[in-house]
Amino acid sequence: MNSIYAYLAVPLLPLIASFCVGILGRKLPEVFASSMTITSVFFAFVLSCITLNQTLNGLVLNQTIYQWLLTGHYQFEVGFLIDNLTAMMVVVVTFVSLMVHIYTMGYMKGDPGYRRFFSYISLFTFSMLMLVMSNNFMQLFFGWEAVGLVSYLLIGFWFERPTAIYANLKAFLVNRVGDFGFILGIALILYWSGSLDYATVFKSTGIMAAHTMQLFGQPVNVVTVICILLFIGAMGKSAQVPLHVWLPDSMEGPTPISALIHAATMVTAGIFMVARTSPLFELSDTALSFVMIIGAITALFMGLLGIIQNDIKRVIAYSTLSQLGYMTVALGASAYSVAMFHLMTHAFFKALLFLGAGSVIIGMHHDQNIQNMGNLKKYMPITWITFLIGSLALIGTPLFSGFYSKDSLIEAVKLSNISGSHFAYFSVLVGVFVTAFYSFRLYFLVFHGKEKWRLQKLTHHDDHHHGLTPKDNPHESPLSITLPLVLLAIPSVVIGFMTIEPILFGSFFTKSIFLDIEAHPTMEYLSHHFHEIYHGPFGMALHSITSLPFLFALSGVAFAYYCYEVNLNLPKTIFNRTQTIYRVLENKYGFDSFNEKFFAFGSRFLGDKFWQIGDVKIIDGWLVNGTAKSVSKLAEKIRGIQSGYIYHYAFAMVIGVFLFLTFFIKI
Amino acid sequence: MNLTHILSFSIWTPIFLGGLILLLSGKMSDTQAKWFSLISSLISFLITIPLYTAFDFSFGQFQFQEFFHWIPAFHINYHLGVDGFAVPLILLTSFTTVIVVMASWRSIKDRVAQYMAAFLIMSGLLIGVFSALDAMLYYIFWEAMLIPMFLVIGIWGGPNRIYATIKFFLYTVLGSLLMLVAFIYLYLQTHSFEVVNFYNAGLGLYSQILIFLAFFMAFAVKIPMWPLHTWLPDAHVEAPTGGSVVLAAVMLKLGAYSFMRFAMPIAPDAAIYLKDFMVTLSLIAILYIALIALVQKDMKKLIAYSSISHMGFVTLGLFMFNSIGVEGAYIQMISHGFISAAMFLSVGVLYDRLHTREIADYGGVMHAMPTFTAFAVFFAMANCGLPGTSGFVGEFMVIMSAMQNNFWIALIAASSLIFGAAYSLWMVKRVFYGAPRNQKISALKDISWREFSILSILAVLIIIVGVYPKIITDMTNATTVQFLEHMQLIKPITSLPMDV
Repeated sequence: MNSIYAYLAVPLLPLIASFCVGILGRKLPEVFASSMTITSVFFAFVLSCITLNQTLNGLVLNQTIYQWLLTGHYQFEVGFLIDNLTAMMVVVVTFVSLMVHIYTMGYMKGDPGYRRFFSYISLFTFSMLMLVMSNNFMQLFFGWEAVGLVSYLLIGFWFERPTAIYANLKAFLVNRVGDFGFILGIALILYWSGSLDYATVFKSTGIMAAHTMQLFGQPVNVVTVICILLFIGAMGKSAQVPLHVWLPDSMEGPTPISALIHAATMVTAGIFMVARTSPLFELSDTALSFVMIIGAITALFMGLLGIIQNDIKRVIAYSTLSQLGYMTVALGASAYSVAMFHLMTHAFFKALLFLGAGSVIIGMHHDQNIQNMGNLKKYMPITWITFLIGSLALIGTPLFSGFYSKDSLIEAVKLSNISGSHFAYFSVLVGVFVTAFYSFRLYFLVFHGKEKWRLQKLTHHDDHHHGLTPKDNPHESPLSITLPLVLLAIPSVVIGFMTIEPILFGSFFTKSIFLDIEAHPTMEYLSHHFHEIYHGPFGMALHSITSLPFLFALSGVAFAYYCYEVNLNLPKTIFNRTQTIYRVLENKYGFDSFNEKFFAFGSRFLGDKFWQIGDVKIIDGWLVNGTAKSVSKLAEKIRGIQSGYIYHYAFAMVIGVFLFLTFFIKI
Repeated sequence: MNLTHILSFSIWTPIFLGGLILLLSGKMSDTQAKWFSLISSLISFLITIPLYTAFDFSFGQFQFQEFFHWIPAFHINYHLGVDGFAVPLILLTSFTTVIVVMASWRSIKDRVAQYMAAFLIMSGLLIGVFSALDAMLYYIFWEAMLIPMFLVIGIWGGPNRIYATIKFFLYTVLGSLLMLVAFIYLYLQTHSFEVVNFYNAGLGLYSQILIFLAFFMAFAVKIPMWPLHTWLPDAHVEAPTGGSVVLAAVMLKLGAYSFMRFAMPIAPDAAIYLKDFMVTLSLIAILYIALIALVQKDMKKLIAYSSISHMGFVTLGLFMFNSIGVEGAYIQMISHGFISAAMFLSVGVLYDRLHTREIADYGGVMHAMPTFTAFAVFFAMANCGLPGTSGFVGEFMVIMSAMQNNFWIALIAASSLIFGAAYSLWMVKRVFYGAPRNQKISALKDISWREFSILSILAVLIIIVGVYPKIITDMTNATTVQFLEHMQLIKPITSLPMDV
């Protein structure tokens, strides 16, 4: 693989498969759709692994494929930048995508949109690969919006459900708000550096840093403006407060895409983008501070919402929001490699959790309420074990992958010197307890305790969620579902231990991520701790047992155990005592109703007034038709003069002559 | 092949064939008339192809020129010629005519021959407007082309068609008369109706401003710019599908094209002087009209307002006075030609089946028409500027160019990212998604082979321009440079905004 066209095959294979299935799909058997897309994604995965191997051996490739546009002195190109950062993302994306493709065969079996679904997820894979492989902001934006499109299509996959089509419109529009900032950031970059090529842009950061622009009467550094605008884009895609509102609703889509798009890959695009543009972010402490605070708010407050959810997918969705907040905090602390590391481990264990949840949902006959589940470990052993592994990884159990990324992340925040890092440290630390609590609340409710579906009455058995009847036994899912679970469980356990050293403290990211070590020495300290105090990954795990995050996680699990295994009445008691707080959480802090009332209603109200008053009344009513009416009125008056009587005309003439004489004949 | 008279052939072939159809209309059956028209439109389209293949892209001046003295007493000449700004629009015109003939195959039931003939004649006249280099010749084509459109709306239109046609006609004629005054003034200054002579008239700023405003009245109505836009929603609502397609895809482009051909190069100082005025109107179009589009209840009205909002990008780009803005505006014109045509055709597909355009009458169309819905969602996405479609390119370039001027202009322009998506996709949600609203909708038949081929041609074009916009800028690059040089906005050798 030396030519750029070989790398081109990575995104193009899924695209071709997607087109074939999408256009010819209905004429061909279902097995064609799944086998064609799975084969293409499999080969894309193999090629990605080869690519990663090459970049590990030092390959950095930055090459244009074709010129997209040429105007004046600006040129825009489509091209690839292949380095370690890209290669890692490509491998993660194609691997999770492959797992989800396989899983879909079982999960979507019998759905009338089976082929359409495969076409969409392959199209998604293409878009995501274009995003991460891009070597310029224009193509990044292309991938950015294309993944948004597929997300839109997939959230609304079951297009007859009102909630699904509400959620997909909402997701697209909220993302567009982010993109609005993003494209302005791109436009500023083009203005200041004359190009959108990463390499050229990063060479001209000095000029941007040396200039200020007037905004709201204040001089603001250009880099700060650019970084914040770009980050607004990331806030949309990576669901950071206040643009997070779309992600919980996106759970209306089928579960495989919740795993692929809304947990493992697309939502991490924002994190990837910030890491990719580290040469810009490093120059603005203000922007980093902004990033860190937004991330910290998301990490803690979205985690809290996970505690009160009863829909299995929504618990995991809020967990995803919170974990994305963690990654964002790491970005703010200039620990880009830690953020990327957490992104990778999170992709594995969160995809695992979502796919596990999907397996549970199938076992429960599409009942998603965790209060109706219980003791599933007896019926679904593979799902149970893998789900437990995912949960342990998520809460940061030592030696699991999530431990290495999250512990490094928390330590990086502790060591950061950016303003806001104290608040962020508090958030991520408390967040550890919250994460452990909601994860194991979910785990105990689903896999342990009483078989609660047996207790329910049959009365509410009329909605479209089928659910189990008290006599039914759940069954373990077929191989196509359990195989991806097992294959994802393996990296969820080992990947952190294996890769922490090269990724965080080795040279893996040195060519991709720029660090201003003088200004932001976080990573230096972190590396020092790792090598001098812990002496490697195993030592790090041993050391953590006495550390705060571990104690927080442990107490979270213990508290969940106490609440949902020992003293089953405690949750109810707490609920009764804290009604106000509960209501705030229940309303999701009021973001949704505010958006609904202010933005959605507001713009419709404004549009209606503009239309009725501006267009219909003033322009059409007064100016256009008003002119026409006054012309006809005037004509009506004048018409009266044309009476046809000769003496009227003669009289007018006499008057006229008289006036004429009076004015013009001067005596 | 001898190409000396290619422009005349491009203009007169469709007019001649259209006339022939009119003459023979009594003797032909409807089916014969349709086939005859389709073949005629294809011939007319093929004739314009050499304009692209034989065009010298590196040369920004007028090519394929034809010159005859026509009315020597007034120095009026039959002078044709095209540059990089005209060729893509001519191709768009002849192409759109083919699409319109195909699209009207079943929806027009009475006076088929006359209907088809009107579009063929209109196509020739439109090409005349785009290729005239003599102001009087241009003016005659400009006015003449109104007549077939007037008839199309007035005869085959909806229930309120008389109001709409008269509004359309008066609006346009009012502007055109002021343009005629400007032409006569320029004739008195230069003793010629040659456009090229107008460019070098050397007028003072004061006369330039008056000339510019006279042109503005004519062209702003056509684009249409706020607040001269209210004729367009009415015209679209009443027009038959074919009429809407030509109106949106080609006729709206006349205004912007004429700004580039006449108003800006003839009165460059005035254009720069009035920049803020033009930019303000464009931004109002982008934001205010987008909000209005959001609350429309009639699909065609929604798309009409969306057109006005998109044309705001064209005028904004033109008055940013840099090459990325001008070419962005140009691509936006071509792209809007494809996308608005596609959207109006999609509404036509639904209207042919259920005879209503009210959004509230639909819901759950995807259930019965999955293939059609795929197209409709794609076109809606193109309409809100999804990258990879042509809709993105123009908006992207204009936002980029606006940022060269002012942060806040770019900010307002970029708001269309949000509102464009809001009105397009909210309509998609209400029309296509959800459970089928009633029996009629669940009994709908998916698109026919004919409809499929029309929509897929447009979809492919939208993707081609989106993925490789250079195909258009290759044609306009040289002309743009010359345009900006003439306006003394760029020096022959350009430099980067910052020293990098």
